[in-house]
Amino acid sequence: MSPAAAAFKTDSKLERILSQGDFAVTAEIGPPKSASSKGVRSNAAMMKDVTDGQNLTDNQTAIVRLSSLAASVHVKEAGGEPIMQMVCRDRNRIAMQSDILGAYSLGIRNLVCLSGDHQSFGNQQTAKNVYDIDSIQLINMVRRMRDDHVLLSGEEIKVAPPKMYIGAAANPFADPFEFRVLRLEKKINAGADFIQTQCVFDLERFARFMELVVKRGLDKRVHILAGVTPAKSDKALRYMKTVPGMMVPDSLIERMAKAENKEEEGLNIAVETIKAMRQIPGVHGVHIMAIAWESAVPVIAERAGLLPRPAIREETAQAAPAEGKKTAD
Amino acid sequence: MTEEHKASLTVVAMPTDCPTCAAEAEKAGIVVGNGEIAATMEAAVGLEAGAAGAAGVDGQGPWRPKILAFCCYFCAYSAADLAGSMRLQYSPDMRVIEMPCSGKTDIALILEAFEKGADGVYVAGCLEGDCHFLKGNIRAKKRVNGLKKLLDQVGVGGERVEFFNVAGSQGPRFAQIADEMTERILKLGPSPVKKAQRAAYAAAAGGPTAQTNSEVGAK
Amino acid sequence: MIVAEQKPIAEIDRLLEGAKKVLIVGCRECVTVCQAGGEKEVNTMASALRLLWATSGRNPGAEILTETLERQCEPEYIEQIVKVAGEVDAILSLACGVGVQYLAERYPVWVVPGLNTKFAGGALEQGVWTEKCGLCGDCILYKTGGICPVIRCSKSILNGPCGGSHNGKCEVNEETDCAWQLIYDRMTKLGKVDRLLEIEPPKDWSKSRDGGPRKVVKEEIRI
Ligand code: SF4
Repeated sequence: MSPAAAAFKTDSKLERILSQGDFAVTAEIGPPKSASSKGVRSNAAMMKDVTDGQNLTDNQTAIVRLSSLAASVHVKEAGGEPIMQMVCRDRNRIAMQSDILGAYSLGIRNLVCLSGDHQSFGNQQTAKNVYDIDSIQLINMVRRMRDDHVLLSGEEIKVAPPKMYIGAAANPFADPFEFRVLRLEKKINAGADFIQTQCVFDLERFARFMELVVKRGLDKRVHILAGVTPAKSDKALRYMKTVPGMMVPDSLIERMAKAENKEEEGLNIAVETIKAMRQIPGVHGVHIMAIAWESAVPVIAERAGLLPRPAIREETAQAAPAEGKKTAD
Repeated sequence: MTEEHKASLTVVAMPTDCPTCAAEAEKAGIVVGNGEIAATMEAAVGLEAGAAGAAGVDGQGPWRPKILAFCCYFCAYSAADLAGSMRLQYSPDMRVIEMPCSGKTDIALILEAFEKGADGVYVAGCLEGDCHFLKGNIRAKKRVNGLKKLLDQVGVGGERVEFFNVAGSQGPRFAQIADEMTERILKLGPSPVKKAQRAAYAAAAGGPTAQTNSEVGAK
Repeated sequence: MIVAEQKPIAEIDRLLEGAKKVLIVGCRECVTVCQAGGEKEVNTMASALRLLWATSGRNPGAEILTETLERQCEPEYIEQIVKVAGEVDAILSLACGVGVQYLAERYPVWVVPGLNTKFAGGALEQGVWTEKCGLCGDCILYKTGGICPVIRCSKSILNGPCGGSHNGKCEVNEETDCAWQLIYDRMTKLGKVDRLLEIEPPKDWSKSRDGGPRKVVKEEIRI
C-alpha cells in the first residue's frame, strides 16, 4: 500500500463517508428478470443523491436476474456508487476471483460477500449449487487480494490488485443468537469493513444484539449498517415472518392491519425504525431494502432526516480511474 | 372353516424368535421358508384354469374368483376354525394359508400368489395391540398398503389386496370378511394376469374390459 | 453404508424394453440392509416385472432369472454368475452404482441400474435413512464436534451457520436440522465453542471427487 493511500483502504465513496463518521445510508436495487438496464439506471439516478451507495443483489432468492456485476456498471454509469453483492452459491473460487478482477476494472469499489439463498427457493430448483467457499472465506479472499496482493491459491497479483471495500451480512434474528455476535467477529477477522444487517422489525432483539456487539468492541472494528424494509401491507409482514431468519413482532402486524393507508403506515414504521436505530450505540448507518418499491427510498431518507447526504470532506480525489485503465492488461 | 377352505398344506411354524424376520427364524432352526408357503399357495390357487378359462373353478358355471387368505395362527386362523364349528356359511372361493404371524407374509409371496393365478389376496392379523410378536400385524398392514401401490403400477390393481384385523374369538367377523372380499373381487372380475379368463369374462358379463387394467401398468 | 432406493417400476420397465431374458442381480451388502436390493427385493422385483409384463403385454415371453451376490463391488463375486450372465440379454442390477459398473465392465450385455444410489449414511429409525458423510476425502469432523457440515449443511458452509438458521432448522426446510446449530450445541456442551471462532480456510477439493475417480492404495497388502 502506498503511503498516500494509507489513510483509506480503497477508493470507495462509502468508505469515505463511514470513515469520516457520518451516518451512512445505502439502499438495495434488485436487478430485473430481463436484459433491460432501464429500471436499474432509473433507480440509480433516483437514489444517487439520497444514498451513499446502492446494493445490487446477486440473483437474490436464487431467481435468475441480470447479473450484479452488469447492474453495478449500469449504476456506476448512472452516477451512483455501486455496492456489488456476490454469493457463494453460483460460482467457484475461479469464477469469483475472475469476476472480482473484472468488477474492479470496471470501476466497482464495494463488494458484499454473502452465502446466498439456497437454490430451492428460486426459479432454478434443479440447479447444482457450488459453495466451493463460504462467505467468510470469500471475505478473506477479497481482503487478501486487496491487502496482500495474492489470489486464494497464494499466487501473487503482480499488477493492479482489486481494492474492494468489503461488506458482509449479519443476521441478528437467526439462530443460535449467542453465536451471531461471534460469527460477526469472525467476519471482521476475515476482513469485513462494513456490515449490512438483515431487516430489523424486532428492535428489541436488535438492541440486544448490538449491546453484545459493543461489549466485544466490534463496533470499533467495523461499520454496522442496520437493515430496514418498508412493508406495503400486513400481508407482506405476515409473509416475512415466515421467512427463515426473519422476525416480525405481532404488534407490528396488528398496527399495519389496522392502518387505513397501509403504504403510508409502512413508510411511517420504516422511518420510526431508522430513528430508533440511530439511538442504538454502534449503529453507523442504515441499509434500506425496499424490495420492488425502490421509490420509497427517497421518501424514507427524507422523512428520517437523513438528507441532504454529507459530502466527502477530505481532499482525496474522488474515485481514481480504474487501475485496469492505467495498466494496459 | 371347513376342510375345503384349508389350503392343502398349512404352514405351521412357531419360531422362538420374531417370525416377521425370516432370517431370525431360520437361525433358530425353524423352516418357514417362502418356498413351502409358495407350494401351498400354488396348490390352492393353481394356474389359469384351462383354455376356456371363463368358467368357474371346476370349469362349469359362472366365473368364481380364487382368493387367498394369509391368516395368523393366533387370531384369524382360530377365528376361521370358530366360524367352522359355528357352522357359519361364507364364501367358498377363499383358501386359508396358516401363518405363524401376519407379519410373516412377505410381499414377494403375495406377488407370487397373483402370478400363480390368485384374483385376490388378503392378510388377516390380530387386533392392534394384540400381536403375539408385538408389531407383526402393524408391519403386515403397512406392507399390504405399500403393496397396493405396487399392484396399481404393475397393472394388477391395488384393490385386489387387503389387510384385516380379526380376533380369535370373532368367528362371524371372519366369515363376514371372507364374504366382503369375495364380493369385491367378483366385482373386479378375473385378475388381469389371466388374460383369457378376463377377456371371456368381459365378453360374457360386460364387466370391466381386459384393457382397463393392463393400461395401468403402461403409464 | 451406501443407501439407495428403487427406481419406479415404470422406469425399470422402460430400461428393459424388448428384453427376452433378464437377470436380476441383488447384493447382500448395504442395499440389503436398506432394503433396496437384497434377495427379498430381487424376488419382489422379479414378480412385479412378470406381473407388469403379463398385464401389459409388453416383453412377451420374457424370462426373468434371479441371483443375489455376496457383494457386487468385488470381481470375484461378479465372476460367480458367469454362466447365467452369458445366457441373458439384459442384467438389472439392484446394487448401488458401484455394482452396476462392475457387472457392466465384466459382462458384454445390456446392464441397467434398478436403484438410485443416494448417499453414505445410516438408519435414523426403522425405514428411514439419512445422509451423514460427504465422502470429501479430507475429514474435518474433529473440528466440528463430529457433525459433518460438508454434507449436512445445505450450503456446505465451513464457517456457519448462515443467516437462514432458524429454531435449529435449516432455511431449506423445516425437516432439516441446521448442521451448524448441532455443531454449535455440541461444541458448547464440550466446552470447546472457542474453537469455532477460528476461521476454517477454504477446503481442498482436489481431495474430493474433482480429480476424477479417486484411488486408495495400500502398498503393504498388494500382491
Ligand atoms: S441454515 Fe444451517 S444447515 Fe442450512 S444452510 Fe444455513 S448453516 Fe447450513
